[in-house]
Amino acid sequence: DIDDLGHKYHLELVLEDVLDKDSTVNCTAEVLYHLGNKNIAPDVQFTIEGELKNTDEADNIFYSRIKSLEKELVAENIPDSHGNVPPEMEPIHLLAWVASGYVIWQNSTENTKLQLGQIKHVKQMKRSDEYLEFDYLILLHDMVSQEIIPWHMTVLWHPQRGVQVTQ
Amino acid sequence: DQVLHIVPETLHQVQHLQHLCSTLQLDLWKPLLPEDIRAGEDLQIRIPAPLVREVKDSLDQCTISYKVLIPDVQELVDQSMPRERSSHSQVPEGYIYTQYHPMEEIYQWMTQIQKSNKELVTQHYLGKTVENRPMYYLQISQPSDKTKKIIWMDCGIHAREWISPAFCQWFVKEILQNYRSDPKISRLLQNLDLYVLPVLNIDGYIYSWEKERLWRKNRSPYMNGTCYGTDLNRNFNSSWGSIGVSYNCSSEIFCGSGPESEPETRAVAQLIERKKSDILCYLTIHSYGQYILIPYGSTTTPPSNSEELMHVAEKAAAALTGKYGTSYEVGSTSSILYSNSGSSRDWAHMIGIPFPYTFELRDKGTHGFVLPPDQIQPTCEETM
Repeated sequence: DIDDLGHKYHLELVLEDVLDKDSTVNCTAEVLYHLGNKNIAPDVQFTIEGELKNTDEADNIFYSRIKSLEKELVAENIPDSHGNVPPEMEPIHLLAWVASGYVIWQNSTENTKLQLGQIKHVKQMKRSDEYLEFDYLILLHDMVSQEIIPWHMTVLWHPQRGVQVTQ
Repeated sequence: DQVLHIVPETLHQVQHLQHLCSTLQLDLWKPLLPEDIRAGEDLQIRIPAPLVREVKDSLDQCTISYKVLIPDVQELVDQSMPRERSSHSQVPEGYIYTQYHPMEEIYQWMTQIQKSNKELVTQHYLGKTVENRPMYYLQISQPSDKTKKIIWMDCGIHAREWISPAFCQWFVKEILQNYRSDPKISRLLQNLDLYVLPVLNIDGYIYSWEKERLWRKNRSPYMNGTCYGTDLNRNFNSSWGSIGVSYNCSSEIFCGSGPESEPETRAVAQLIERKKSDILCYLTIHSYGQYILIPYGSTTTPPSNSEELMHVAEKAAAALTGKYGTSYEVGSTSSILYSNSGSSRDWAHMIGIPFPYTFELRDKGTHGFVLPPDQIQPTCEETM
């Protein structure tokens, strides 16, 4: 679809749970890429048919584990060169994925196709409140230019309050 | 060699065991030193094979009871650590195709493959890389009196796409292990010669192992050594430098200082040019994205035989999906991916090779270039 304000796309897609390939949910979305000003993120509207799986149990286990660490978590190269992620780092990896989704959205145009390539470095930051805070250095890969783009993001997370990302 | 488990009961037995250990210089696993042997406590000791009988007789004489904990130490060692061994088998025993291998090991593997398969395989020198490393390809050819058409396949033109060289190695192994038993492969080799280049961008591949995992280009120095690397898949003489490239060395798609400016490009181009009238099919393996791509990238004008190219590609994609359900998209690079010029595949078609294809293997971005090793086997099997 083409408008005066930019280009609008109507999408019908299927969401698949990364952790459970059989769990899928239908989704419709509308994406508007703004004409002219490329610094505005595309507008996204979407509806999901049905419900997403409840992840409270896994969330709380991860939350308690991190909260009970004596020293703040620090890690590098997730996955490693061979593609391996140690099991205890999997939630850190997933969190980065979600957060990078936000970064990608905020920085996408019709001429980019960004993916998370690798977490170069992640450091947990001490907080006085109940949130967990992680400082990530990630590498994004853009399929179109083939460039690898390092990106710094700070991610806040709480099991009930969700994810917040500052770029 | 055997490992025995003993629990000495008396001081006399302890002394006997200590004596045995020191005179025969036996390898105590538990405890560490003979002086720590105690009555009532576990003793574990490794006996070299030639001494096993003598030691057991001695223990029997003193009525010291023992249990054989490990009947064959070497067997255990072999199981836990595959050894590279040349023998009568067609492929190097112990070479793990479901793991990624550094260049040193791939060089050794090529030598080994030729040695164990002399009747079929010859290793050929192609040229030298920027950093002076030798480039080799393997020719798999069944002796025959007729000249056969050639299928060429190269892997690893982009350093970070590790699944690509892994696939080339897998492919060679599969052909060599099954050409006698599999009628399809045997018919293939009766009619065609296979030329496989397991790693085209050797310097870049090594760099991605040692320094920067997501490196893509070769290691050609530019700007007085302040900038490195040409994208070899933008460096071929097919509408070079026209679209989908950068003239800036710092870009991942830098096309070099001119068509075929890079030694790696020249090495491959020279051979293919020489053999072009016999080459039926040019395959170049990349990742990621799950595509089978036909010419062109440099223009949306379809090639003359695009219908046939598409037809074959669609059949290939269907066969691939049939294995594990992995879906591959088929089409020309310019229509389903992006525009690019100077690609090896476009060049192959332009010089007259009828069936050039670019494969982009798994996945679709979940792991991207850093595909975990447990996906090597399924990726290779379905692509095969």
